[in-house]
Amino acid sequence: MHEFGIAESLLNTALETAARAEASKIEQVNLRIGLLAGVVEEALTFAFEALSEDTPAQGARLVIEPIPVTCYCETCAAFFEPPRGSYRCPTCQAPSRSVKSGRELQLISIEVS
Amino acid sequence: MCDHCGCSTPSSPHSHSHAHERAHTHSQDRGHHHHHDRDEERRTIALHQSLMAKNDRLAEQNRGFFKGRGTLALNIVSSPGSGKTAILEATLRALQDDYKMATIVGDLATDNDAARLRATGAPSIQITTGTVCHLDAHMIQHAIEDLGRAPLDLLFIENVGNLVCPAGFDLGEDVRVVVTSVTEGEDKPQKYPSIFQNADIVLVNKIDLAEAVGYDRKRALEILRNAAPGALILELSARTGAGLDAWYNLLRARIRAKVGTEARH
Ligand SMILES: Nc1nc2c(ncn2[C@@H]2O[C@H](COP(=O)(O)OP(=O)(O)OP(=O)(O)O)[C@@H](O)[C@H]2O)c(=O)[nH]1
Ligand SMILES: [Mg+2]
Ligand SMILES: [Zn+2]
Repeated sequence: MHEFGIAESLLNTALETAARAEASKIEQVNLRIGLLAGVVEEALTFAFEALSEDTPAQGARLVIEPIPVTCYCETCAAFFEPPRGSYRCPTCQAPSRSVKSGRELQLISIEVS
Repeated sequence: MCDHCGCSTPSSPHSHSHAHERAHTHSQDRGHHHHHDRDEERRTIALHQSLMAKNDRLAEQNRGFFKGRGTLALNIVSSPGSGKTAILEATLRALQDDYKMATIVGDLATDNDAARLRATGAPSIQITTGTVCHLDAHMIQHAIEDLGRAPLDLLFIENVGNLVCPAGFDLGEDVRVVVTSVTEGEDKPQKYPSIFQNADIVLVNKIDLAEAVGYDRKRALEILRNAAPGALILELSARTGAGLDAWYNLLRARIRAKVGTEARH
C-alpha cells in the first residue's frame, strides 16, 4: 500500500500550493500516472480521500490521466508501445531496455477556488 | 535529527489552518452567492512535478555517497520468501575474506532477517517499516549513518518482500537485483512488469526444487527475457550452492568495474 505515501506527498503539495495561492478549497487534482508506475488508481483515490478529510482538499476530485508505456528501439530508430509483459520491438523483435514513458507519477495541476 | 533531508522540520499543517481562516473571511464578505462565486473563482495552478521528486533527490545523494566511498550498493527485491536472505547469508560467508560487506534489511515487523545476516559476522542494520511495504531513499540515508564510517566494498539492501511497491523507489543503488524462485510459477514477470522491466540482474532461486514443482525452464526463461530485457539471468540454489559461483563472479566483476571507474576520475 505505498499509495498512502504517495497520497500523502500529493496532499501536502496540493495543500501548500493552495495556501500559497490563498485559495480556500481544492476542487480537483490532475495527475498523470504511467502504467508502469505501479500505482493502483482506486487505492490512491481511497488514500487521498481518507487523508484529506477536514482539510481544504476534502472532496477534491482526483483526475488521473494514464500514460501508456513507450519503448525506443535503437535498431529501428522508432518508438513503440509494447504489449504487457514484453518489451520486444514489433518490427525487429529485439528487446528494448529503454522505456521512454510509463513510469511517470506527476502532479500536473490543482484546481482551486 | 536529520540534517540531509530536514525530516524533523514541521511543515504543512500550519499553513493549512491559515488558508482556512482566510477562506472564511472571503465567503463572509461575499454574502449568499456562495456557490456561484466559487465557480467564478475557480482557477488552475500548474505544477508539473514528480511525486517522487523527494525520494529521487535523496536517492541521488545516496548514490553520491556510495560513489565517494567506492561502495557497490545492491537493492535486492523479491516476493516474500523467494530466498533473499538465504542468498545473502551464503554470499556474506563466501566473500568475507575478500571484501568489506554490510547489509541493510527492511522488514515489516521483525528483526529475524537482520539476526540471520548478522550471524555471518557482517554488520546488519534493520529497518522495521511497520505498515510501509517498501524501503525508500530516506530510510537508507539514515541506515547508512548507522553503519558508520568504516570502509565498505559491498552493501546489500534487502528490500521488503513485495514485488509491487519497491519498484517505484530508487534507493540510490548501483544494481537492482530481482530474486524469483522456481516455486512461484513461470509467469511472475508478466504479473509484475514494473519491477522486472529495469532489473539489472535476475536470480532464479531454488532450482533444487525445479523438478519437484514441474518447473518449465524454457518457458520461464523466455518470459523473463521478454519482461526484463536488460537483465543478466542467473539460476541458482541458496540451499545446495548450485550456481552461486557465477553470482559471486558477477559481484566481483561489478566491484572491479565500479572501483575502476572511480579511480580513473
Ligand atoms: N529448497 C530451497 N529452499 C530455499 C532456497 N533458498 C531459500 N529457501 C528457503 O525458502 C524460505 C524463505 O527463504 P528466505 O531467505 O527467508 O526468503 P526471503 O526472500 O528473505 O523472505 P522474506 O524476507 O520474508 O521476503 C526459507 O525456508 C529458506 O530456507 C533454495 O535455494 N532452495
Ligand atoms: Mg528475508
Ligand atoms: Zn526494432
